[in-house]
Amino acid sequence: MTMKTASAHTFSLPDVGEGLTEAEIVTWRVATGDVVAINDVVVEIETAKSVVELPSPYAGFVQTLHVAEGETVEVGRPLLTIADESLPPADESPSPADESSSPADESPEPARQPMLVGYGPGAEQVVRRRRAVPTPSVASVDTEKVPAPTRTLAKPPVRKLAKDLGIDLSEVIATGTGTIVTRADVEAHAAKRRPPQAAETGPAPVTTSDDETRTPIKGVRKWTAEAMVRSAFTAPHVTEWVTVDVSRTVELVATLRASRAFRDVKVSPTLIAAKAICLAMRRTPELNSRWDDDAQEIVLKRSVNLGIAAATQRGLVVPNIVGADSLPLVELAAAIGDLTATARDGRTQPAQMAGGTFTLTNIGVFGIDAGTPILNPGEAGILALGSIERRPWVDEDDRVVPRWVTTLALSFDHRVVDGEQGSRFLADVAGILHDPAVALTF
Amino acid sequence: MNSSTAPTPDAPLVQLLTPTGQRVTDPHVAFDGDRSEIEALYRDLVMTRRVDTEAYALQRHGELGLWPPALGQEAAQVGSARALRAHDFAFPTYRDHGVAWCRGVDPSLLLGIFRGSDLGGWDPADHGIALPNIIIGAQTLHATGYAMGLALEGLVGSGDPDRDSAVIAYFGDGATSQGDVSEALDWAAVHQSPVVFFCENNQYAISVPVASQTRVPIVQRAAGFGLPGVRVDGNDVLACLAVTRAALQRARDGEGPTLIEAVTYRMGAHTTSDDPSRYRDASEVDAWQAKDPLERVRLLLVAEGTSDDFFADLAADADALGVHLRAACQQIPEPDLAELFDHVFVESTVENRQQQAEHVAWRDAMEGSVVAS
Repeated sequence: MTMKTASAHTFSLPDVGEGLTEAEIVTWRVATGDVVAINDVVVEIETAKSVVELPSPYAGFVQTLHVAEGETVEVGRPLLTIADESLPPADESPSPADESSSPADESPEPARQPMLVGYGPGAEQVVRRRRAVPTPSVASVDTEKVPAPTRTLAKPPVRKLAKDLGIDLSEVIATGTGTIVTRADVEAHAAKRRPPQAAETGPAPVTTSDDETRTPIKGVRKWTAEAMVRSAFTAPHVTEWVTVDVSRTVELVATLRASRAFRDVKVSPTLIAAKAICLAMRRTPELNSRWDDDAQEIVLKRSVNLGIAAATQRGLVVPNIVGADSLPLVELAAAIGDLTATARDGRTQPAQMAGGTFTLTNIGVFGIDAGTPILNPGEAGILALGSIERRPWVDEDDRVVPRWVTTLALSFDHRVVDGEQGSRFLADVAGILHDPAVALTF
Repeated sequence: MNSSTAPTPDAPLVQLLTPTGQRVTDPHVAFDGDRSEIEALYRDLVMTRRVDTEAYALQRHGELGLWPPALGQEAAQVGSARALRAHDFAFPTYRDHGVAWCRGVDPSLLLGIFRGSDLGGWDPADHGIALPNIIIGAQTLHATGYAMGLALEGLVGSGDPDRDSAVIAYFGDGATSQGDVSEALDWAAVHQSPVVFFCENNQYAISVPVASQTRVPIVQRAAGFGLPGVRVDGNDVLACLAVTRAALQRARDGEGPTLIEAVTYRMGAHTTSDDPSRYRDASEVDAWQAKDPLERVRLLLVAEGTSDDFFADLAADADALGVHLRAACQQIPEPDLAELFDHVFVESTVENRQQQAEHVAWRDAMEGSVVAS
């Protein structure tokens, strides 16, 4: 969607993905005063679907950036205003206002009728009056949100090069036409200076005062919060516990680690627990199901897409292993290894987090005995594996002996799973971890 | 664990121009055009790419609702379409912008359907090319039916080059999973219809890799239906032209249909709504970048002495085409929904006109009111 005044054009956020309503401004590739050509990339936005580069529909000087990086804007809102190239860049964020327009009207009206943006769900639309004359109006210019105007002129690819090299463009001496900094200028400047410092890639901006620190709720934290609230207040959770002697699992882990077949993969109690879940699911498939409220149906899934909760720098992510129940143990180990490595690198893709049917969370790595896990939305069960410790244990001969002991906690959705099934499933998992030979009976 | 890891047996691949611009020979087909013909093909490739990238940008400007990029598939489209004669007929997919270009369709006419402003921009009879088909694979049946019609009208195998005609149906690898394509192949083979099935195997059906859709190379399906199949380097415009030219001539001569599998790669997203980085590795894209369909022709032309002026003029023409497309997009008129009723029947009915009148009355009554969409 576009808007034009006598000498300036405003580029508004388009719907780049068939029905999107908003996007976050990730990175401005231009600043006020920059020269842009048609189709130069001016901004990178992130939608619900992907990160997208937007090319400029106009050539000229960037007069105003209407939105700051990190802000989420609705489709149809002004992004930037570009003035004709013949005009000098603005000094003080001038409004591209048409004097006859009403400043109270914040929603921009397109000069052209057949607008495509803003048809997504939830957006209100005016039924167009075919013979009506559109009233041009303007966007309000919020100078506080806009980066301070800069006098350095450069085309976007050059600006990106400078950014990549960590160079402040205002320090570069322009030798090109007028005062425009060229690629050669930036390269010359780079040759003269010391290596750039590592680019800052920190989390969301944090504001700190004497008595508190405020962090914007966004990204993984926001998603996690929404998922947990949705799960906790829709699925009635039941949590059951069992404490079990897993010494034989610890022995099995040691044996497998020493074997040739498993030398290239990581073998851990988590792996054996994952396998035990898949096996126990055969006897109690109700744990591998989902309450479909919309359809008023219980959906029993045939294969187990096993989610593994992973703590990452971005926060909690739960990617899943598709068809975990059909994998031989060595492949399951490799899959868990890949999945956790990908998660720790922050490279987990949304598709890898979708479609899970059951989740395993290993809180034992934090030295914790047990807890009441909250279901991943859309799943009927989640098993928490506590820390495995040497504890006093009463054996068959009534002697107290030191054994490797852990606590398993299973939460399940009581709409789908009754106590009988939940208890049998948990007892089966515990039975396999107590004596992995029991797996032969599944 | 996943069927996408299943091995796909190799099939022989026809290639006449390597990715580094070297001419090579094939025992069965040859390209015998001179340098000026190669220059003309290169012009088609460059202009097609410009149409595609410009329209992609128009979507990002907010001017189009959607655009399916053809990036990377230009040689398959241009090579095959340039094998057509004026009286042949093409049934394209929604991605075959290069085919429309070669059939003389003003590329600005491609935009309306993706702007939601019209139902397709041209009269198929004017250019020998149907409107882009959105329904996956359905056009292979349209093409087969059209080809049967040609045979019934005696426009095949007469020996008169001005009379004998053929049809080409374009479809992707994903379409081969549709029953329509199997039906079309079978029907055409049984009736020996004058149709060439041109599969642009761009490796992905949106996000699903071709190995998840077929256990054998697509070309091998031809044998099962009883028609010849040939696999060609889809990024080699000379090979695509030579192979399609031979297949179309067979069809015109009354010798029946052919399946061509053009092995290519969709360098861009499925559409502007898709993010391919979620399902394929950058290394895979890089490997195909080295097989770019334009670069190999440019290298060949430079080696054969094409002047710098040719390339400079072509770049200027491409820029002018970009300006033309942007301006034309701005001038697409707002659609009048009442017009939809005009296209329901060749000859309208009383009921249809009545419904149209009711719609117009409703629309006029709603003027200026606000509704939640």
